Amino acid sequence: MSQLSEVAISALLVISGLFGLVGSWGLVRLRDTLQRLHAPTKATTLGVGGALLASMLYFALTHGQVSFHELMISVFLFITAPVSANFIAKTHMLHHVQPEELPPTGRATGWAGYEAAGQGEGSGN
Amino acid sequence: MLRRILPHPLLTLTLAVTWQLLVNTVTVGSVVLGLVLGLIIPVVTAPYWPDRPRLRRPVRIIEYAVVVIWDIIVANVVVAGIILFRRLDRIRTHWIAVPLDITTPEAITVLAGTITMTPGTVSAMLSADGRAILVHCLDTGDPDGVRDQIKARYERRLKEIFE
Repeated sequence: MSQLSEVAISALLVISGLFGLVGSWGLVRLRDTLQRLHAPTKATTLGVGGALLASMLYFALTHGQVSFHELMISVFLFITAPVSANFIAKTHMLHHVQPEELPPTGRATGWAGYEAAGQGEGSGN
Repeated sequence: MLRRILPHPLLTLTLAVTWQLLVNTVTVGSVVLGLVLGLIIPVVTAPYWPDRPRLRRPVRIIEYAVVVIWDIIVANVVVAGIILFRRLDRIRTHWIAVPLDITTPEAITVLAGTITMTPGTVSAMLSADGRAILVHCLDTGDPDGVRDQIKARYERRLKEIFE
């Protein structure tokens, strides 16, 4: 393996490690659940992406084989990460955010979670 | 008849290719198994997708993916900067309501996912009639600008792809 590819792979790993660290630090530092939600959904996508890219480069350059597993991992992450973030946001909102704090929908109806919770007594939990 | 065996050719192809990528080597056996999975799964899951999404301009997906991946990289750097250097009481968090022009569930799902993955925004909720989306923005001095950017950058492209 040439010097150059070693440097490239190492750089990618360091970058991904830094972003993973910053994402975790965001979890500690930011003030409320919704702000904290931003740290792991953003800062860590590049963290994971960098590690996967480094892995692909490593296998391509040293073993001469193209690996698609990393691509699949990133595709699955891109599909699942927003879903779990959305679930966390909704759960938090229904327990701690009043509908009055939200901006109006600009439509005849309110926001979906609160409409459903308001119809059946106590069924929102 | 063909429709009954192959209710969703695109899903069949996607599943077969996905299987191939998971196995990571191309052999006759894995190709056959991938095709079998691609044939069986759409038939079994058919009740769950009564209206299949129609892709009007599939080529535009590539353009969309490039835009989104670039925005994700930028978003990572921006959010990292906020986490590391911004004083906590200077972080201007906003709720933003974005009215939607797109109506197909698939397009809205992709938009919501994109919003969550990109610049300091998380999609939180839809309005009960599904025509507006609630976005939580970590830090912005211009909530209307964020709304307009989401509409111009992502929604317009998704409308071209799906509708």
